[in-house]
Amino acid sequence: MGRFVARRVVGMLLVMFAVSVLTFLIFNVIPNGDPADRMAGKNSTPVQIDAIEKEWGFDKSLPVQYATTMEKVFTGDLVSYYTQTNVAEQIRRGIPRTFALAIGAALLWFAMGTALGLYTAIRAGRWSDTLVTVLALIGVSMPVFWLGALASYYLGFKAGLFPNGGYAEIGEEGLWEWVKHMILPWTVLATLFIGVYSRVLRSNVLDTINDDYVRTARAKGLSERRVMIHHVLRNSLIPIVTLWGLDFGAVLGGGAILTETVFDLDGVGQYFAESIGTLDVPPVLAVTLFGAFFIVILNTVVDIVYAALDPRIRLS
Amino acid sequence: MSIADSSVQPDLSPVLSDGGQAEAAPAPGVSAWQLARRRLKRNKPALLFGALFFLLVALALAAPLWAQIADTTPAKNHLSDTIVVNGKSEQVVTFDGVPIAPTFQKKFFLGADSNGRDVAVRLLYGARNSLFIGITAAIITVLLAVMLGTLAGYFRGWTDAIISRSLDVMWAFPVLLLGVALGVSLALGGLQIGPLQISGGSKWIPTLIIGFVGVVYLARPIRGQVLSLREKEFVEAARAQGAGPIRIMFGELLPNLASTILVFFPLLVANSILLEAALSFLGAGVQPPEPSWGTMLSDGVELLSTAPHLTIVPGLMLVLTVLALNVFGDGVRDALDPRAKVRLEH
Amino acid sequence: MAPNSELLLDVQDLNVSFATEEGIVHAVDEVSLALHAGEVLAVVGESGSGKSVTAMTLMGLTRSPNARFAGSAKLRDLDLVTASDDQLRKVRAEEIAMIFQDPMTSLNPVHRVGRQIVEQIQAHRDVPDGEARDQVVALLERVGIPRARERFDSYPHEFSGGMRQRVMIAMALSCDPAVLIADEPTTALDVTIQAQILEVLKELRTRTNAGIILVTHDLGVVADIADRIAVMYAGRIVEQGSTDEIFYNPQHPYTWGLLGSITRVDRPRPTRLPSIPGMPPSLITRPQGCHFRPRCPHAHDACLAKPELIARVGGESGHTDRCVVTPERKAALRETDGQIGLVAGGVTG
Repeated sequence: MGRFVARRVVGMLLVMFAVSVLTFLIFNVIPNGDPADRMAGKNSTPVQIDAIEKEWGFDKSLPVQYATTMEKVFTGDLVSYYTQTNVAEQIRRGIPRTFALAIGAALLWFAMGTALGLYTAIRAGRWSDTLVTVLALIGVSMPVFWLGALASYYLGFKAGLFPNGGYAEIGEEGLWEWVKHMILPWTVLATLFIGVYSRVLRSNVLDTINDDYVRTARAKGLSERRVMIHHVLRNSLIPIVTLWGLDFGAVLGGGAILTETVFDLDGVGQYFAESIGTLDVPPVLAVTLFGAFFIVILNTVVDIVYAALDPRIRLS
Repeated sequence: MSIADSSVQPDLSPVLSDGGQAEAAPAPGVSAWQLARRRLKRNKPALLFGALFFLLVALALAAPLWAQIADTTPAKNHLSDTIVVNGKSEQVVTFDGVPIAPTFQKKFFLGADSNGRDVAVRLLYGARNSLFIGITAAIITVLLAVMLGTLAGYFRGWTDAIISRSLDVMWAFPVLLLGVALGVSLALGGLQIGPLQISGGSKWIPTLIIGFVGVVYLARPIRGQVLSLREKEFVEAARAQGAGPIRIMFGELLPNLASTILVFFPLLVANSILLEAALSFLGAGVQPPEPSWGTMLSDGVELLSTAPHLTIVPGLMLVLTVLALNVFGDGVRDALDPRAKVRLEH
Repeated sequence: MAPNSELLLDVQDLNVSFATEEGIVHAVDEVSLALHAGEVLAVVGESGSGKSVTAMTLMGLTRSPNARFAGSAKLRDLDLVTASDDQLRKVRAEEIAMIFQDPMTSLNPVHRVGRQIVEQIQAHRDVPDGEARDQVVALLERVGIPRARERFDSYPHEFSGGMRQRVMIAMALSCDPAVLIADEPTTALDVTIQAQILEVLKELRTRTNAGIILVTHDLGVVADIADRIAVMYAGRIVEQGSTDEIFYNPQHPYTWGLLGSITRVDRPRPTRLPSIPGMPPSLITRPQGCHFRPRCPHAHDACLAKPELIARVGGESGHTDRCVVTPERKAALRETDGQIGLVAGGVTG
C-alpha cells in the first residue's frame, strides 16, 4: 500500500506539471495576437503593455516564459492589471465560501444520489422508478444558473423563504444564518448531480445484482437487506466514489462558477466569472490552475480510497 | 468527470462494457440491430421526445418565416414603438426600461427584451445558433474521439501512452473552467488553424471549444472498446488476409463502434447545448448581438424581477430541448443495451 | 445408494419457464427427482439442458418477475417452489447449500474470504466472532486449504481457482446442510485441480450424511462418485437410473452420445472422439414429440409423439427413459465397434 501511495503521488505531480503547461499554452501560445496585450486587459495603454511584455518576458523563449508565469502564480504576486488587485489574495478570500458550497452540496448529492439510485434499481420497471427517472432526467436537463436564478428570485426574493443570495459568515451572523444562506445554493448545485448519480448508481446496481457473488450471497441465506447493502451496494458504490471525488474536486476548485454567481456567494468561482466578464486574464489563468490542481489532488485521494475499497486494485 | 456545475456529464452508464451487443440467445435470423430497433419502437416516450426534438429543429429552420410574420429581424430594435394589444396601445419598452410581456399575437408573441427586440423571433434564431453549436460540437467530439480512441486502442504502445496521458491531463480540468479559459483566451485573439482564420467573435470558437472538451468522455470508452475488438477473430481474420491498419480501422472496427457512438450522440448534443448556454451566460460563448439561448438567458436573468418572461421562455425552450435529447438518448441506449436479458445456464 | 434412508428432496413435475423478448423459454419441463440422505445424484446434460436452472430453482435463485413455476420440490416438508422468501432464506445454507460453477466470480471480490463464510454462519446462528472464526478456520483446513488461519484474511483474488472452489465448498458446508448442490463444480478448473475437487467431494460424501446433487455436463466426472444419474436434454429428463445402469445399459440415444464423448482408459483410444451431430434445440421453439428427434440417427414417425419417462427395461427398479424404441433394438443399435457411441456408420444426423 505504501508503494502504491508513493506511485500515485509521483503521478499526481507529473499531471500537475502537464496541467500547468497546458494552461500556459491556452493563455500564452494558442490564441493569435500579442500575449502582453491580452494580459493587460481592456483599457490598457501601450506603456502598460510594454511593461508587461518585459515583466513577463514575452520576448524570451517559451520555456522561460513558462517559468516566469508559474513563478508569478505560485509566489502569489500575480496581479490583475484591470482591477489592480492581487489575485492570490482574492482567491484566498473566496476559498471559505467556495468550500462551504462545495462540501455541503457534495454531501447532499452523494447521499441523495445513492438513496435514489438504490431505490430506483430495486423498484426497476415500476412506476416509482419511472417517476424518479423522469425527475432525474429533468434535473440533468436544466442549466444550473437558470434553476438558481429562478429559485433565488421566487423562493428567496418573492416568497421570502430564504435570503436573496449572498453569503453569511458564521463568525459574524451565526450558524443558522449561514445555513439559511446556503440551503438554496446547496440544493440547486446538488440537483443536477443527484440526477446524474442516481442514474449511474441505478445502472451499476442493476449490473451488480446479476453478478455471481450476489447469487452466492442469496444462497447463503442472508436477508435481502444484507444482500443489497453488504454486497450489491458496497460493490456498486466503488465507481461512484471515483466520480464523486472528481466532481467534488471540481466544485472545491471553483468549478461551481454558475451557482456561486447566481447566488452571489463571492467565492473563487464567482471571482473567475467576474474576471471573464472583463476579459481579465491573470485571474482566469490562476483560477484555472487552482481548479485543475484540486481535481488532480482529489483524484489521487480517490485512487487511494479506491484501492482501500477494492482490494484488487492494489495489485495492479 | 470534472464538470462542476455545468451538468455537462454524459451519463457514462455501462453500455460500453459489452459494446452494446445483445448477447441473450437471440431467435434465429434476428440481428442485434433489428432487436434494438424493435425495442426502440416499443419505447413510446423515447420516440415521442425524439419527435419533439426534430420538431424543435424544424422550428429553428423556420425562423425566417416567423420573422416575416412578426415583421422584424432578430437584431432590430423597437425601443420607441407602440403596439396594440387587446385594443389597448402599449409601449414595447416603457420609459422605465420594462419590456412588454408576451402578447400572444403576431408581433411580440413572447414579449420583447430590454432592447425592444422580439423575443419569439430571437428565440427561433437563437435556437438555430444553439442547435448548430450543439450538433456541430457533438460531431466534432465524435470525430476527434473516434480518431484518438481508435489510434490509441489499435496501435497501443507509445501512441496509446501519448493519447491516454493527454486525455488524463484534460480530464484534470473542470470542463467549465477549461471551456471558459479557452473561450476568453480565444475571444480576445481569435484562432489560426493553418490557413483557417477564425475571428474572436465567431460562433465557431464556442463550437470548437465545446467539441474539444467533450472528447475526454468519449475517447476513453472508444479506446477500451477498440482494445478488446482488435483481439476478436474477425479482426484477426482480416489481418491474416493482409488488410492494413487503415482498412481494419475503417472496415472492421468502425462499424462495431457504431452502437457506442449512436448511444453517445444524443447525449453529447444535449450536453453541448447546455455547455453553450453556460459559456454564453458567462460571456465566453456566443458573442452579442448574435442570439443564442445562453445569451438570451444571460440578458434575461438581469431583469428577472421586471420581465420574468426573458428568463422563463428561453430557459424552458432549452430544458425542453435537452430533455428531449436525454429521453431519446436514454431510449436508444436501452434499446442497444438490453438489461432485460434473462440469465440461463452458461 | 441407500434406499432406506431418509427422503430429503422430492421433486415432482417441476416446470420452469422464463418470459423473454424472443418468447417463452421452457427451461425445465416435467422434471421429477428424488434425493435421499447419503446419496449422490448426478444431473447430466449439455449446456441449455435445464440442469442448472433445475438446481438453482431448488435454491429459489431463479425467482424473478418473468419466471413461471409449476410442480413441487419438497425439501422434507417445505415446498421450495411455493415457499415464502423468508422461509427460503431460512433453509438456504442451513438445509440446502450450493457450490457454483465459477469460483472466480462467485466470491465477493471486496470482502475477505473468511469473513464471507462467517457472514453465512452468523446469518443462521448466534455465534460470537471469535468462535465463528475458529469454526471457519477448521472448515478451511478440512477442505484442504493450507495455512488456513492466515488465509482467513486473504481476499478472493489472492487465491487460485482451485483454492477458491475449496473456499466455496467450505462455505457450503459451514451450516451442515442436509442437501448440497454442486453446479458444475469442476468445469472452470484445470484437469488436475478438477480431480482434487472431486476428491474433496468424495471424501465429503463418506464423512457426512448429506445428499448431494452433482450437476455436470461431463459423464466422466460422475462415474465413480454418483449413485444415480439423471440425464437431461432440452429441459426434460430423458433417462434416469443407477450409475451402473446408465453406463452399462443406456437406453436413450442421447445418453449413448454422451457416453461416446467420454475418453475411456479401459478401451482402445478411438481414432476420432465421437461427438453428437447437430445443435441442441432452442428452448423457445422446441421440436415436436421427442426433443432429441432432429439429432437422432434412429428417429422415426413414432418419435413425433411425446415420449413418457417410464421404465422400459426390466432389472433394477427405477431405470426409466424417454425413448420409444424397444430395448432389444436399442441394444443392437448402440454398439459400434464394441463401444457405446452414437456415431453409427454412415449416419450423419
